[in-house]
Amino acid sequence: MELPVLGWQALVILVVFGISLLIATYSTYAERVIAAFLQDRVGPDRAGPFGILQPLADAVKLFTKEEFFPAGANRALFVFGPCLAMVTALMASAVIPFGNYLQFGTTIVHLQGIEVNIGMLYVFGVVSLGVYGIMIGGWASNNKFSLLGAIRAASQNISYELAMGMALIAVLMMSGTLSLREITLQQSVPGEWHFWNIVKQPIGFIIFIVCAFAETNRTPFDLPECETELVGGYHTEYSSMKMGLYLFAEYINVFVASAVMSVLYFGGFNFPFQYELRDFLAQSQGAVTAQNIITILGVVAVFIKIFSFIFFFMWVRWTLPRFRYDQLMRLGWTILIPLAIFNILLTGGLILLGVIQ
Amino acid sequence: MPPLFFFLSFVALFSALGVVLAKNPVHSVLFLILTFFTLSGHYLLLNAQFLAAVNIIVYAGAIMVLFLFVIMFLNLNADTEPHKSALAKIAAAVAGGLLLVVMVAALRDVQPGTTYNATTFDSQIGMVGQLGLVLYQKYLLPFELASVLFLVAMVGAIMLGKRETGERHF
Repeated sequence: MELPVLGWQALVILVVFGISLLIATYSTYAERVIAAFLQDRVGPDRAGPFGILQPLADAVKLFTKEEFFPAGANRALFVFGPCLAMVTALMASAVIPFGNYLQFGTTIVHLQGIEVNIGMLYVFGVVSLGVYGIMIGGWASNNKFSLLGAIRAASQNISYELAMGMALIAVLMMSGTLSLREITLQQSVPGEWHFWNIVKQPIGFIIFIVCAFAETNRTPFDLPECETELVGGYHTEYSSMKMGLYLFAEYINVFVASAVMSVLYFGGFNFPFQYELRDFLAQSQGAVTAQNIITILGVVAVFIKIFSFIFFFMWVRWTLPRFRYDQLMRLGWTILIPLAIFNILLTGGLILLGVIQ
Repeated sequence: MPPLFFFLSFVALFSALGVVLAKNPVHSVLFLILTFFTLSGHYLLLNAQFLAAVNIIVYAGAIMVLFLFVIMFLNLNADTEPHKSALAKIAAAVAGGLLLVVMVAALRDVQPGTTYNATTFDSQIGMVGQLGLVLYQKYLLPFELASVLFLVAMVGAIMLGKRETGERHF
């Protein structure tokens, strides 16, 4: 039975890969539509019905543009930068559990790329590598503005990683495991009232979401590509699809950040009354089919959560103005990190008193 | 898994040599990052998942970003490199050779394949739970002392970076 399971798992990995790319593609479309909605405009509506072919049109445009190398650029690293940004962005979705399991006869397929017992650390490690793509690209461009963007990206990512890691530690203290699947399963127990982590970790969630905005370089923290000061930031010199890869990597990062937040704080593939529904379905369909139906509904649930977060990212982008760089640093070091340490102490105290577990 | 081991070792040695031999300091840093990745790969082969992940997060993800940060700002190249005296080169070679002697001495008595028994081997060894138990039970004092050492380094960095009275504000 070893090989069929591996075959199924390979299929799951391929599907996760494809879904990450598809969602990133349509995030560009969603961004435009949401921007148009918030600014009371029509938005893209020329390519296909409701403009849904707009991402394809964009891709054709990017691929056919001239590929430009600035004078004095380090050619190898100039190409390597966007590739690295894309690879690190795509790597993180491998450990995210998008569903419980499907059972066909005796074969059980977990709807997760790979299940590792260091899942959370893996995500954190891959996120911390994401900045290299920006740094290498910005430096290799041989342009002052690109270099400044790259330096800003590096210092911003390092500053916000600390607070993000400490917010994660509070979750870890409650779960006692680093596996994202275990953390998801712990957030729902049959037959009793069991709340998602957001109820137990409200401060941690706020810290995490602020850091997620900074780590993905989204407004109000998009200082690395701040066009009012740095022309285009780290991708000033980029054109054609290399530019497209940078933009694409940002949307994949947004998707991954949304997925991680859904899993850590919003119960992942759990949804209310799933066990009652399973027991009800089991009476007419049998236990296996009932579990499969619940799993598929769980996948729908996790994607609804992810899309809500992606919408939130875009809503914030078109609502809040950009921070100044010193404000960004002050927020990270003097507010978020002390708050995260306080949150760890608070969580420890509450666990000790038995209020939360 | 010998093929994987040999592949990782080859890449590790290749990238470690690249660190030393690369002309461009930025390339050196990138080779060093690749070296850390291959070391993490070796940790994974040794069933030390936690160590592998932490190695990536701390070294590749944080320390090397700061290295790259500084080197990109310095804009070092062959023209601006200061001339090193022969004495410094000899001292560096002797220090490096001594380090090699220490490492060989530490590994001299290891007999591969005889230190563990495959049938009684604990598969959980190297996992985060086991590591935590060892650190917080057997080696609690050294562990806490190491954290005090980090605190001292942090306080020192802040003292060095602090603006003294009378120094101008930028």
